[in-house]
Order: sequence, then C-alpha cells, then structure tokens
Amino acid sequence: MTGHPTYVPRSAAAKWLERRLPILGLLHSSFVVFPNPRNLNYWWTFGGILSFMLAAQIVTGVILVMHYTPQSHLAFASVEHIMRDVNYGWLIRYAHANGASMFFIALYIHMFRGLYYGSYKEPREVLWLLGVVIYVLTVATAFLGYVLPWGQMSFWGATVITSLFSAIPLVGDTITTWLWGGYAVDNATLNRFFSLHYLLPFMIAGVVVLHIWALHVPGSNNPAGIEPRSDKDTLPFHPYFTIKDGFALVCFLVFYAWFVFYVPNYLGHADNYIEANPMQTPAHIVPEWYYLPFYAILRSIPSKLGGTAAMFAAVLIIAFVPWLDTSRVKSAAYRPIYRIFFWLFVACCVLLGYMGSKPPEGIYVITARLLTFYYFLHFLVILPVLGLVERPRAVPKSIAEAVLGKKPHPLSVDAHP
Amino acid sequence: MRHCTLAGRVALIMLVGLAALASGLGRSAFAESADSDSLHDTPKPPRQEWSFYGPLGKFDQAQLKRGLEVYRQVCANCHSLKLVAFRDLAARGGPGFTEAQAKAIAAEYTIEDGPNDDGKMFSRPGRLSDYFPSPFPNEQAARAALTAIPPDLSVIAKARSYERGFPLFLVDPIIQYQEHGVDYLYALLTGYTHEDDPNWDEYIPGHRIAMAKPLSDGMVEYSDGSPQTMHQYARDVSAFLMWAAEPRLEDRKRMGFNVIIYLVVFAALLYLVKRKIWKKVHAGH
Repeated sequence: MTGHPTYVPRSAAAKWLERRLPILGLLHSSFVVFPNPRNLNYWWTFGGILSFMLAAQIVTGVILVMHYTPQSHLAFASVEHIMRDVNYGWLIRYAHANGASMFFIALYIHMFRGLYYGSYKEPREVLWLLGVVIYVLTVATAFLGYVLPWGQMSFWGATVITSLFSAIPLVGDTITTWLWGGYAVDNATLNRFFSLHYLLPFMIAGVVVLHIWALHVPGSNNPAGIEPRSDKDTLPFHPYFTIKDGFALVCFLVFYAWFVFYVPNYLGHADNYIEANPMQTPAHIVPEWYYLPFYAILRSIPSKLGGTAAMFAAVLIIAFVPWLDTSRVKSAAYRPIYRIFFWLFVACCVLLGYMGSKPPEGIYVITARLLTFYYFLHFLVILPVLGLVERPRAVPKSIAEAVLGKKPHPLSVDAHP
Repeated sequence: MRHCTLAGRVALIMLVGLAALASGLGRSAFAESADSDSLHDTPKPPRQEWSFYGPLGKFDQAQLKRGLEVYRQVCANCHSLKLVAFRDLAARGGPGFTEAQAKAIAAEYTIEDGPNDDGKMFSRPGRLSDYFPSPFPNEQAARAALTAIPPDLSVIAKARSYERGFPLFLVDPIIQYQEHGVDYLYALLTGYTHEDDPNWDEYIPGHRIAMAKPLSDGMVEYSDGSPQTMHQYARDVSAFLMWAAEPRLEDRKRMGFNVIIYLVVFAALLYLVKRKIWKKVHAGH
C-alpha cells in the first residue's frame, strides 16, 4: 500500500506520546488514511458491524454478570431478577440474548460474502484462517452462554452437545465426565461454562486484532476481486468508509432494536423459560437457530461417532476453502457458473437449518441426508473441479475501470455529466 | 459499474434457489400436515386480540385486576406465582393498584417468617416486599396432594408456545406477533369442550390434561360489571399471566418506539452525509 501520508502529531501531548509509543500513528495509518478499494459494496460493512457487536456483547455481558448467579439452584431465578428488579435489566438481558443472534447474522453474511467474492484466496489465506478461528470460538462462546440461564433448553442442549464427546472411542466417557465435572450436567458444569463464557470473548477480541492485522497487510478484497494497482483504485478509510460503515451500522441497529424491543423472545425457545429439570426431557431438544444446519448434519449420519465427526468436519472444512477452490479468479462476478453453485450452497445451508429445526422423522431425515451430502460435495468436488473447468469472464484491468468503466455510476444521479 | 446487470443475474439465481427451497419446504410442510393428521390432531390455538399487542401495546389495567382476582380465587389453590411480589402490583406498567391497595392485598396473606430472637419461626401478615406465597410448602407436598406438580405460573406465558409452521414463522417477527404463549393459555383454559370429561382438552396433544377444568361461568365475582363467564375469566387470567411473565413490557415497547425513531432519523442523516462525501468520487474525480 503506497502513497498514504504518515502521521504528524500536532499537539505537544501527542508529540510526547508518539516519541515513546507510536500508537496514534498506528491508529492513524490503520483507520484514517488506510487505503481501501474504492469499489467496496455494502456487504463489506459487516466486518465493522461485527466489531461493534463483539463490543456490545462484552459490555452487556459484563453488566449481566454483576447481577447473575452461576449456581444451579439460583441461576434461573437470578435471570428473572435481572428481568424484573434490576434497573433496565430487561434491556441489558434482551440486548445480550438477541445480540448473540445478531452477531451470528452478521457473521454468516460476512462469511458468505467472503465465499462469494473469493476473499480467502492468495494473499489472504491467513486472514481467512483467523476468521475461521473467530467463528469456532464464537460458536463455543454462544453455546456456553446459552447454558447460563439454566432453563430446560440450556440444560438439555448442554447434555446433548457434551454427550457427543462420549462418541470418541476408548476415552469418550472419561472426557465427558471431565467436561461435566461429575456424572451429569450439574452445578459444576454450570460453573465452568460460566467461567469459560466470560473468558472466550476476550480471546475472540484478541484474534480479531490478528484478523485486522492480517487484513491490513494485503488490504481488503473487493467486488472485482483484483488488487489495487494505483492510488486511483483506493480511497482513504476516513471519511469514505467510516461514514459508509457508520451508516450501515445504524441500519443494522434498527434491525437489532426491532428484535430487542418488539420480538425479544422470537429467536429463543419457550422451553428455556422453564427451569432446568434433569428428570424431565423436553419433547424436542432444539439448539439455537445458528447451529441448526450443523445439528441437521449431526443427526443425518446414523451413528453417534459418524454424526459427531461429520458435524465437526462441516465446521472445519471451511478452513480448507483457500486450497479447495482452484480458480484463479476471485470474484463470483466473473465466475458465471460458480455464482450459481454459490447460491445453491446458500440454499443448501438454509434448508439444512430448516431440517435441523424439525423432528428427525420421515421426509426430514432423507432431505437432511441429501443436503448433508451436497454440503460436502460443494467443498470437496464442486469447488476444486469448477476452478479447473469453468471459463471465467474477462476481469477488468483495474478497480477504477471496474467502477467508472464505460457507463456513469447509477448512484451518481445528481452528479454533473 | 456492473451492478445493474449483476443484480439481474443475482436475482435470477436467487429465484432458482428459492424455487429449490420452496419445493423442499412444500414437501416437508406436506409431510408435517400428514404427521399431525395421523399422530396428534391438536389444533393450533387461534390468535386472540390483546391490548398489549403491537408497537404501542399496553396492558389493560382493569383486565389485569380481574385476572389477579381469577388467579387468587382459582389458580392459586394449586399454582404458585413465586417470582411476583406484592410491590409489583403497584409498579408502573402493572395492574395500577395504589401502594395502599397493594399493601392491603399483601396483608390478606399470611407469611411465614423467622427465625425470631427466640429462634422460632412465626407467621405475620404479608408486606409489599413479600412474594405471593406458594400453595404447597414443597414439591413433595404438591405431588402427594395432586399426583402431579402444578407448574409455577410466574413466567408461564413465555414458557408455553406453539409452532406456527412455514411460512407464518417468517411473518411473525415482521408483524410483531409474540403472543404465542398467552394465546395458548387462553386456548387451553377454554379447550375443555367435553362436558362429561373434565380432563379432556382440545389443545393438549392426546387431549389428556392432569388439570381438571378449572374455570366455569360465575365462579369469580367481578366488581367492574364485566361478564362473569368462563371465556372472560380465561381471557383475563391469561392477560394477567402475560403481565406476570413480562412486567416491563410497557417500558420496553415505549422505549423501543423512541429508540427506533431515533435510529431511523440518525440513519437518514448519515446517509445524506455519506452521499455528500462520496459525490465527488462517484463523478469520477
């Protein structure tokens, strides 16, 4: 990245600090003058939205911990105490519970955007891998957090998922007992889940720093999927992308607020308002919506070990995409066939999610199995083969050409021709 | 900029995807209806009109007062309400009792307290800070008396629900339908339609319910002239239980209305600034 002006401290205090710790210069080069491809569309605003959501989850979470009691006989009542007696406790708790869902909505859009525009390709493989680490940590954090209200779904969800480890040959049962801290999900399990739920978000924050670092070495990918060649191809982060990200963030907050204030329990499960009862299994144990595709994969293999392996494989296979995709063209905008398979894959994931929410019987089982097969087919066959056989369309010579091209920009209606 | 042609293509591909989606869902929806026909012919609770529905929804204070009466005279014989305190009766967004009225209601209950300075437990009249006392001292006593443990009713309106199915479940967040639980409660309380069998309920899978028909016409006296019918009791106590489960509902909806207006205006302003900043760039320098 060339040509951006270096930071020159103005005030005496800034000069004093900059000579000792050049952090202002670092921030300046990362978030003020940092050159971004000028053609980034709104799908690129979800990275900023995710940073905001992580911060929001940590802030609301820290406040919740001030009032929550991680003890199996008191946890459920302490959450209700937050809802009823703590000032704005209902707001903090609903913001946190729905915030988890909003985090995943933004995360999935961010990941699918990466898949569509080939953001994982050279030289951004490490950036992608760090993203997968963030995703896995987020999945773990959300699972641990869902256990804390100690409702029926908390308890039975924890029981189902931790029991998966018992499928490991020889040491499975020992591992499960070790995870539980006993012979069943109980107070010891709640305590350690609480501890880890508090720890992991800070680890996520750490990996996010690495993720941004790995982003700022090659710079952002862009809808054209070609690297910037000159200053004409980029714009400084501020004000162009601070304002664009800011606008997108506030639009996202409208969506978020709608859920928090008007349908706060829509994304949850009614059974989690029943206190955990080890003696009574719910009719259907359903995980949170963001796990449903993987839950469907877990159930579609008719063996515990096989299902568990398939589920973990379904998550981890995402890490191998940079090497499974053999195409040299990054953006699906210039890959007419990949584009179709991309949307088929999106439909596959959505349908898997629907199957995961249904009881494993009849047509759902067969459909889920076919979809599971297709899920892996996409990664293991379609991605490698397509790159070899597909003939991509001509890629523009530069980002500036891609943006300004032959036609005037459709958004610049009020610009003078 | 190739977004114009690109958008068309994307739309086309999305259509293909949606067609695949719809065919899959159509088949599964068919399977679902076949399932419920053969296995459990439980109807879905019909949607009711509630004063607390929608972005400006509020509880009907008179209805909450009547519902409290139904709870105290009927439900409270078996069901606890242990998360609701007497002070809540006088709190904002609730049934709207004055503090003196709430105190008087509390004083009608006897609360076991202690130990006192002599180390003895003692009974005293209820105070605002007390919670509704439970009808049974413990679960064992409840089971011994009734063969089943009646669930606590504090959050029951949020702890019960029913499946809306595709595609209604996608519409619910848009129309702000959150009253699944309270609709279910009303349906259940009015679903005892077999005169000869007090444990038959239309809305329970298998139609067997441990709780015998709890409400019947005329069993609770209303002082506000509302009809003293089973249906009215069911409606009032369901609304009351919704309030018990979500006592901050009015605050939440009121604040939400302001927050969303604020955010929409903020977004519009940001959009205008964004356009201004990007104007030169869009024109191609």
